[in-house]
Amino acid sequence: MSSKLTRSNRAGWLFALPGFSLLFLFIIVPFFFAFWLSLTNQRLVSPNPTEFVGLKNYADLLSVSVLTLEPERDEAGEIRRDDDGAIAYPRVRSITRSDEFPQYRGMREWFRWHWGDKAKVVIASDVVFMKALVNTLTFALFIVPLQGGGALLLALLINQKLRGINAFRTIYFMPVVISIVVISLLWRFIYSGNEGLLNNILEALTFGAFTPVDWLGSTDTALGSIIAMSAWQAVGFHMVIWLAGLQTISPTLYEAAAIEGASKWQTFRYVTWPGLRNTAVLVLIVITMQSFAVFAQIDVMTNGGPLDSTQTLVFQTVERGYGKQDISGGATISVILFLMVLMISAVQAFLTRERN
Amino acid sequence: MATLKLTDIRKSYGNAYVIKGVDLEIEDGEFTVFVGPSGCGKSTLLRMISGLEDITAGTLEIDGQRVNDLPPKERGIAMVFQSYAIFPHMTVRENVAFGLTIAGASKAEKEEKVAEAARVLQMEHLLDRRPSQLSGGQRQRVAIGRAIVRKPKVFLFDEPLSNLDAALRMDMRMEIGKLHKHLNATMVYVTHDQVEAMTLADKIVVLKDGKVMQVGTPMELFHEPANRFVAGFLGAPSMNFLEVSVDARDGREARVSNAALEPLAVAHKGRIDGQPHAVLGIRPQHVSATEPGRGLLHGTVNLSERLGTETVVDMTLKDGTKFIAAFDEDRIFEPGEAIDLEFDPARAHLFAADDDPAAPH
Repeated sequence: MSSKLTRSNRAGWLFALPGFSLLFLFIIVPFFFAFWLSLTNQRLVSPNPTEFVGLKNYADLLSVSVLTLEPERDEAGEIRRDDDGAIAYPRVRSITRSDEFPQYRGMREWFRWHWGDKAKVVIASDVVFMKALVNTLTFALFIVPLQGGGALLLALLINQKLRGINAFRTIYFMPVVISIVVISLLWRFIYSGNEGLLNNILEALTFGAFTPVDWLGSTDTALGSIIAMSAWQAVGFHMVIWLAGLQTISPTLYEAAAIEGASKWQTFRYVTWPGLRNTAVLVLIVITMQSFAVFAQIDVMTNGGPLDSTQTLVFQTVERGYGKQDISGGATISVILFLMVLMISAVQAFLTRERN
Repeated sequence: MATLKLTDIRKSYGNAYVIKGVDLEIEDGEFTVFVGPSGCGKSTLLRMISGLEDITAGTLEIDGQRVNDLPPKERGIAMVFQSYAIFPHMTVRENVAFGLTIAGASKAEKEEKVAEAARVLQMEHLLDRRPSQLSGGQRQRVAIGRAIVRKPKVFLFDEPLSNLDAALRMDMRMEIGKLHKHLNATMVYVTHDQVEAMTLADKIVVLKDGKVMQVGTPMELFHEPANRFVAGFLGAPSMNFLEVSVDARDGREARVSNAALEPLAVAHKGRIDGQPHAVLGIRPQHVSATEPGRGLLHGTVNLSERLGTETVVDMTLKDGTKFIAAFDEDRIFEPGEAIDLEFDPARAHLFAADDDPAAPH
């Protein structure tokens, strides 16, 4: 009876069907749906019929231009300055709202820099998206080394036969088990500007010399605070992966290195690190993908603020798709995110490939 | 080149003693083999010499200097492991040069020494390969190469051939023997394989349960085993032991017999002080078959194995003991056939009945 079940092709498919259909319905269909929706003007609820708009959504998100502003001059041809001596420039909206430049219509200033007397202004059709993009890349750029490196350090520390080492393993792994929403709430208290734990500790350590900071309320510190907390939260997960990698390295290799007189650092460099190659590739790619999907921390802690300084791509996707009911806009961002992650993972896989 | 001296070396894990006091001197340039059954402590003893294991008590001296507390690299030793322990991500060249890289040697020095080691081990053509592209024998050659480039005072081998197949094992055994002659270095070699021990060693140390059973040249141990354990451990098939009663005894010889054995006189070497029973050891190769009723031992054939060059006969003696005989001729024996054996009493060994040298004193 059992042999017939395990050998029958039809039985196999039948068993796979529930899982497969759920995956199909909730992962594969939405994946292709997103591609289609990003080419339409679909809204969550709308009385109007959906129209095919081609790549308009992509253009609306990605259009970026650079304007060069000449300084304003008075009748004598002298550069006009304000009371502080700063050069006065024409306002950007005199261009973006002008009928002379239909190509810049609707765009807004993203950032600017000065080039001699001139000002170069980067304008984007969707400044919030651009900020989200930069924030997400910054987030990933810091999280990957912080989390990967920190996790490796912890793994090396707990990969020892010491009394009570399991207690440390448990403690380091605990934040992974706790819901990110709960953790984000707790860290909101830690980061609080008034009586936050972090401010209190820093004040105590500096004997009151430290001026309390509203960590999540300031554009300078908000993203950094979220990066630090996120790196800490998932470090235990990657620690376990590193640990698994460490334990695949044959103890005899360490003995051989000891016999040859390798120092601790040389042992790490010549035995441990090469032995962790495959683990490193895995950790690198997993952290990169996870950091591009950062959402819950933002949603709970800052809502993208202050002044869009913690906007991220996934947060924007949700914000647009459901907050603003702009499903096609959200789908477009998720497609762009997908392509970015795909590209970065491919580059990482290429750079870390096995060379012979 | 160095001498090695172990004085009352002990090792314990908590209350469990695994090395129970080993005294041993190894001469400069000597090839010493530690041999014994699994768990006898031979590898532990080697690892204590290498510095990979701490020495619980006793003194270890290399070249007259106490090295108990020195880390491995300061003892001037090199070690070859059973599992090769070559670094999978490095080429053969990098593996062989590893010790030099660690010591910060110049590129030219590394090139020169690696080339020399490769020449000695005949593996010049392998230098740019990776370990995954090598056979087991080649990998072990790389490991040996890594050991010889540093010109250590003492070479330690921890069952280096156990992971190789039989044919390769024989080749590598001969290579190691040649290497020893070529380098004329002090080598300590651990094995459970008595053929390796017999063929390679200048000096064999037989260990059991953390104690030295006997030290001597291979032939001394084979022909003059100090106790039943050594007698049974060396030689294949292993020595037969018969329980005999001691009928009479003078200063040199004892007259022994049992139900299957005609009375005969054997040298007792002072081992059976006044005891009524003893154990007689006879090597399978030292008996020959004779007409029923005329030999010293009487029994019947259970099974015979014809190997072409010799015939191994499994038989039961008249008193019910099992006995293995090996005749150096091709001869047919039928199961159930009565058989008599004769042997030269001078080649038989007499041991005390309670001969267990590993028992606590």
